[in-house]
Amino acid sequence: MPELADIWNVLFLRDYNTRLVVICTMLLGCACGLMGGFLLLRKRSLMGDTLSHATLPGVGLSFILAVALGGDGKSLPILLGGAAITGVIGCAAVLFIREQTRIKDDAAMGIVLSVFFGAGIAILGVIQTMPEGSAAGLESFIYGKTASMVMSDFQILVFVTICVITCSLLLFKEFRLLCFDETFAAALGWPVKFLDILLLALITAVTVTGLQAVGLILIIAFLITPAAAARFWTNQLDRMLVLSALIGGASGWLGASLSAFIPRLPAGAVIVLVAALFFVVSMLIGTERGVMFRFLRQSQLKKRMGRQHLLRALYEILEGGRVTEELNIRTVPFRQIRGRRTWSDTQLRDYIRRAYNEGLVEAPNKVDSILLTKTGLAEAAQVTRNHRLWEMYLIEYADVATSRVDRDADMVEHVLGEKMVTRLENKLQAYRSAGSLVPQSPHPIHPGD
Amino acid sequence: MQIEQTGISSKSLPLKIRDLTVAYHRKPVIWDIDLSIPEGKLVSIVGPNGAGKSTLIKACLDLIPRSSGEVSIYGQSYKKARKRVGYVPQRESVDWDFPVSALDVVAMGTYGKLGWFRRVSKRSKALAMEALERVGLADYAHRQISQLSGGQQQRTFLARALVQDADIYFMDEPFAAVDAATERAIVELLKELQKRGKTVLVVHHDLATVTQYFDWTVLLNMRVVAAGPTDEVFTQENLRRTYGGKLTLFTQAANEVVQSR
Repeated sequence: MPELADIWNVLFLRDYNTRLVVICTMLLGCACGLMGGFLLLRKRSLMGDTLSHATLPGVGLSFILAVALGGDGKSLPILLGGAAITGVIGCAAVLFIREQTRIKDDAAMGIVLSVFFGAGIAILGVIQTMPEGSAAGLESFIYGKTASMVMSDFQILVFVTICVITCSLLLFKEFRLLCFDETFAAALGWPVKFLDILLLALITAVTVTGLQAVGLILIIAFLITPAAAARFWTNQLDRMLVLSALIGGASGWLGASLSAFIPRLPAGAVIVLVAALFFVVSMLIGTERGVMFRFLRQSQLKKRMGRQHLLRALYEILEGGRVTEELNIRTVPFRQIRGRRTWSDTQLRDYIRRAYNEGLVEAPNKVDSILLTKTGLAEAAQVTRNHRLWEMYLIEYADVATSRVDRDADMVEHVLGEKMVTRLENKLQAYRSAGSLVPQSPHPIHPGD
Repeated sequence: MQIEQTGISSKSLPLKIRDLTVAYHRKPVIWDIDLSIPEGKLVSIVGPNGAGKSTLIKACLDLIPRSSGEVSIYGQSYKKARKRVGYVPQRESVDWDFPVSALDVVAMGTYGKLGWFRRVSKRSKALAMEALERVGLADYAHRQISQLSGGQQQRTFLARALVQDADIYFMDEPFAAVDAATERAIVELLKELQKRGKTVLVVHHDLATVTQYFDWTVLLNMRVVAAGPTDEVFTQENLRRTYGGKLTLFTQAANEVVQSR
């Protein structure tokens, strides 16, 4: 078990051996997060996967070529260059198949991805049999080998990250337009093809530099997961991208650190798992689209509706008995209200309990009837009035109403304006019966009847 | 012929199409289109499904390759006249779940004039806000676009075209599946554009409202069946030649429309 001090040192980059690796994966995470955002919104996630798998033959071929020319087979720029070339060829193959045949996107990607990956494996196999290839160690590109990162990796990563950030800043508007509405972008005269290629080039650069750290199988997860996680927190693209880059960076930092002090834990896998953790947490508690907030909003709405239904039901029952404020009879038998709508006993008792907590009804008594308080009656009248105003509005303005009606609104006036409400109230007067607080419904509907 | 009627030279015509043919996958979708649209008209492009209405618009805007023919906008190629053209694509052509606000989308209308690397300026946003007000969506400016209703989304697209401040507008089915309030807002907007001397071409599918909304009509079914003032062109005979056997389905409606004039 590692000491706390060791963990501290690794996390805060005090440990010389791991410092470089942790910084590298952090930078890579930022670049991946940023590009992943665009990739996700451009709906090209699978394209990224194809791209990464298609890099493998390039790694093998460039090794063979370099050795054949008498050079250093393991020179990183040569290997990564080869990887980028076959990666792009893979993507081009997908586009070609899609445009020229009737084969759909997913099938085209599936074919290209597996064929290129298979070819890569075969080439690596051939290399193993070559005399120079014995110690090639090229398999590290498949699963990643973070610990082997050196200064030159760091330099490449810094360069790529700077490129990615600069392009995203400079071309934010252009990329956003491209991802949202390609056709409109073309109509405005933006070179859509060029922008698309530029975006793909940046993604290729990130993918290829990330091969060493997380490997070509897992890099797609590093690209997409932070972006998908960030989407749960915001509805604005700029914020989403920043957040995605931060999540990517944090995943790289934590993942690489974790794997550094737990032996035999491959960094690539840990990084992706950390990113996945961010994703799951975001999915659950993300403030904008998280599952929990959605659920909370839903149940709150349900409660508000329940409250309104209870108050209106009470009022309408009292109304049937010609009740006015002066008469001051405000009890309703439970059975009668139970039959009013399709609610269950438990549901109804829950609503009543809540109404009691709000001071709208008196404490439930033994006679099993509900007694509205003075405020309760006023509130019930108000809710009923609002409801009927909306009904009136729907009837009078049937054509425009649907986009404006908000039955949940406490104040109709806020939505429709004083003038409109006065007009509706005047219309409703026709339905007023002597002595009641609120005119009758212009269109009575009895749910559950 | 139409040129002589309106008495303006062909150079100033907002749109002139000669011998346009577009083919997808070996098959011509629209062929031999010849069309001249005079200035300041509200033009409906009407025809059955698959008649090539959207294709026609896209070919005018250089969005799809032409097999033959030429399109001139105010006497110039689209490339040169681009800044005078506004475009409203079909609403379903984009992902409305995209993380942008209505204001962001509308501001995209200014991107054509903004140029590379320039950030969306305060002025662009002010213009966008103004356009949103004109379509009655000022209160929704900062809503994420997925939270808008279908009609509101359509109006957002219209506002984006308004921001382009064009002289000729191409609108692809702006009336498709919108609520009555939106329909009314669009019609008002069209009239206002016309008052300011703009030319508007609208792909339209509701035959009942053609005579009411548009003063110029193009009947299209792969080729132009008829084009001209709605009064002259929108006849039973022409409709039959555009829609063929399907016409019986709405003969009655068409009758009513023709008679109600």
